[in-house]
Amino acid sequence: MSLRSPLGRALGTGSAKEGVHHWWMQRLTSIALVPLSIWFVVSLLSLPSLDHATVVAWMGQSWTALLLILFVLVATWHSQLGVRVVAEDYIHGAGAKTLTLVVLTFVHALVAAAGVFAVLKVACGGAA
Amino acid sequence: MPQRPLSPHLSVYQMYRYTLFTSFLNRATGVLLSIGLLVFVYWLMAVAGGSHAYARASAVLSLGIFKLVYMGLLLAFSYHLVAGIRHLIWDTGRGLERQQAKRSAWIVGVVSLVLMLLFVYWAFCPGAHRS
Repeated sequence: MSLRSPLGRALGTGSAKEGVHHWWMQRLTSIALVPLSIWFVVSLLSLPSLDHATVVAWMGQSWTALLLILFVLVATWHSQLGVRVVAEDYIHGAGAKTLTLVVLTFVHALVAAAGVFAVLKVACGGAA
Repeated sequence: MPQRPLSPHLSVYQMYRYTLFTSFLNRATGVLLSIGLLVFVYWLMAVAGGSHAYARASAVLSLGIFKLVYMGLLLAFSYHLVAGIRHLIWDTGRGLERQQAKRSAWIVGVVSLVLMLLFVYWAFCPGAHRS
């Protein structure tokens, strides 16, 4: 005997097996961010100075550029997942909540795109 | 929306419970780091904009108030990193007993504080690494 309701059977809907997707991506990104963020902070603090030429030379190195792009993408993803839950928890009222989530998603997309664009431009010699 | 009681109920929470306090701090530092991402990308765009754009952005980013921001971000990063590792260990099913959780809360506090002091010293004390 099936425990599914007649309506559920008729609609053919059920678990999409994606209930843990948010949770899982939060863990994956956090695992990736442990080495990435430590690398980022330590590299930034290790720079002899923060003048333009030094920073451009640093970001011009292939590995630096690659890791920076990864860091920007994973960090914004992790941030989006985390801030989303905070908004869902503390903002009551469907309208305000939806609007906040839309704005947060757009801002994160913008931040990710801008970060990747900036690193690529510098790495390809566009900021000399 | 139906008027059911909603969690989290900020007004009934007791912030002095270490479980709640560590959890709250993890969220708060996370949100702070999200704001830090904005500063970081603003800086990246300035680097990409060339030396003139960078000079303009540097003038803003080296204002006194930003020293506080960087210090706050280093604190937030230190805490969120160590507390996040605690969460990842919990996710494997370990360390969930009350005594263990209490101990790891202390470890997280001490380690993140030491980490923060190290970072702040490194970042702000001239001669620590820069000439």
